[in-house]
Amino acid sequence: MTCLPSHTDKRLGLVIDLDTCVGCQACVTACKEWNTGGHMGPLTDIDPYGGHVDGVWFNRVHSYEHVTEMGGRTVNFPRSCLHCETPACVTVCPTGASYKRASDGIVLIDEDKCIGCKLCSWACPYGAREFDTDVGVMKKCTLCVDRIYNDNLAEGDRVPACVAACPTSARHFGDLGDPQSPISHLVAERGGVDLMPELGYRPTNKYLPPRAHTQRAASVPAKALEPVRAEGGFLGWVDRMLSS
Amino acid sequence: MHPAFSVVFFTTATGAGYGLLALLGVLGPLGFIAPDFWPGFVGMGLALGLIAAGLLSSTGHLGRPERAWRAFSQWRSSWLSREGVASVATFIPAGLFGLGWVILGRLDGWVAAAGLLAAICAVITVCMTGMIYASLKPVAQWHSPYTLPGYLVFSAMSGCVLMNALLQGFALASKTLLAASVLLTLLGWGWKLATWRHNDRLEIPTNANTATGLAGGTVRSLEWPHTEENYLLKEMGFRIARKHAAKLRLITQALAFGVPILLLVAALALPWPIAALVSALAAIVQFAGMLVERWLFFAEAKHTVMLYYGR
Repeated sequence: MTCLPSHTDKRLGLVIDLDTCVGCQACVTACKEWNTGGHMGPLTDIDPYGGHVDGVWFNRVHSYEHVTEMGGRTVNFPRSCLHCETPACVTVCPTGASYKRASDGIVLIDEDKCIGCKLCSWACPYGAREFDTDVGVMKKCTLCVDRIYNDNLAEGDRVPACVAACPTSARHFGDLGDPQSPISHLVAERGGVDLMPELGYRPTNKYLPPRAHTQRAASVPAKALEPVRAEGGFLGWVDRMLSS
Repeated sequence: MHPAFSVVFFTTATGAGYGLLALLGVLGPLGFIAPDFWPGFVGMGLALGLIAAGLLSSTGHLGRPERAWRAFSQWRSSWLSREGVASVATFIPAGLFGLGWVILGRLDGWVAAAGLLAAICAVITVCMTGMIYASLKPVAQWHSPYTLPGYLVFSAMSGCVLMNALLQGFALASKTLLAASVLLTLLGWGWKLATWRHNDRLEIPTNANTATGLAGGTVRSLEWPHTEENYLLKEMGFRIARKHAAKLRLITQALAFGVPILLLVAALALPWPIAALVSALAAIVQFAGMLVERWLFFAEAKHTVMLYYGR
């Protein structure tokens, strides 16, 4: 049923730190690698070695230049499903293929019911859903449901593939419905924000804005390096002649 | 938004078909038309044919059309599902009305009731179609008070012009219907101009800052996550050059409104066989114009996801 649950026991989601993300794309490839064999797999690639590569990805990293009166900086920005509290992608679905789980708030698609009308992708302001032209159905981030509850994995690995892969710990996973969870504390501490809050989708995932500029970094560049000892031979002779 | 022809044709054809069906369903029982075989056969055939062709065309948009029946299940939350249910439900009173008129040759009693019910169902279905678009918050040009009335006005307009052509064809010309066709086309023209004016001045609170959560200053896209076009860019990133939009708006105004009004006014003064031909031409030209209008409805609509791509 595409009506939304009035309440979800948990609100599992991601917190993404825009301050520490270096745009390495490790989360993107880890996501693709895990999920192409996972719950929503395959993440089809069309013409992967040709001139018009296309394919399904759940996670994409943009790069932006953010310029304020404090100066400019590059911000790397991972974009994936925000598992909204009021996801219009679910309510517009005519077949009941899209649903939001009452247990943990994860938004999923039942591929066997999807007719590929694409309306859910129109209803998502964040571009989280991508159509698989090969299979004819819509696909989206599952928050790695097949990892986070997977008893076959070591407990520490029961996090989404993107979180496990991040080398700078810019991605955090947890229950955002529990105000005492570490991830909720992190959001409170760092002033985590919603994307496009004015549209009223109430995203579960939060983004931590980059920290303020500081003066701690060296304000002048270091001196150019000098050679440790004088060069010998012909070039050394030229160097000495020209230096004198 | 990408203007898929299947959807452009679907909304245009069903709009005209439901408009014609509603008029037949109301004007038939009111005694506006005699319950003769041919006007009923051609009129109902045209209306239901346009609706059926549109609905079939819409399944061309689906990735898995063989599962289309599932779309009738989620009417509690989905306008698309409601549209599916309403469109199929309309066939029941419309079918009975058509049988009563064409086979039994009567337009009174239960046939009249079926006609009125078909008209109500037709209006409801057009409302559902309009709401599919009007309910989509990420597309500001659609999520506007102009969308739903627009669908109703254009449906009534193209239905009335078709109805006029039909009656003229059977030498059942009615000055009232001709005048109504001209007035509805003028109303459609005015509504489209007002809609474009509204859309051109649209100021939405959603921008690259709110999309990325980066407050203040400017946010400029440095690098996309991919080098080739992906689904999002193909489906939501459709762009037409502004000069083309301006030309297409002129073409829309000429074909959908201007030329049909001239032809209909001419039909008012011309004798029968020529007036019928001119009326039919007006309907055909208007249908072509409405296809361009609907193409622009999609092509000019901007989706918020493009903010992430700096477009």
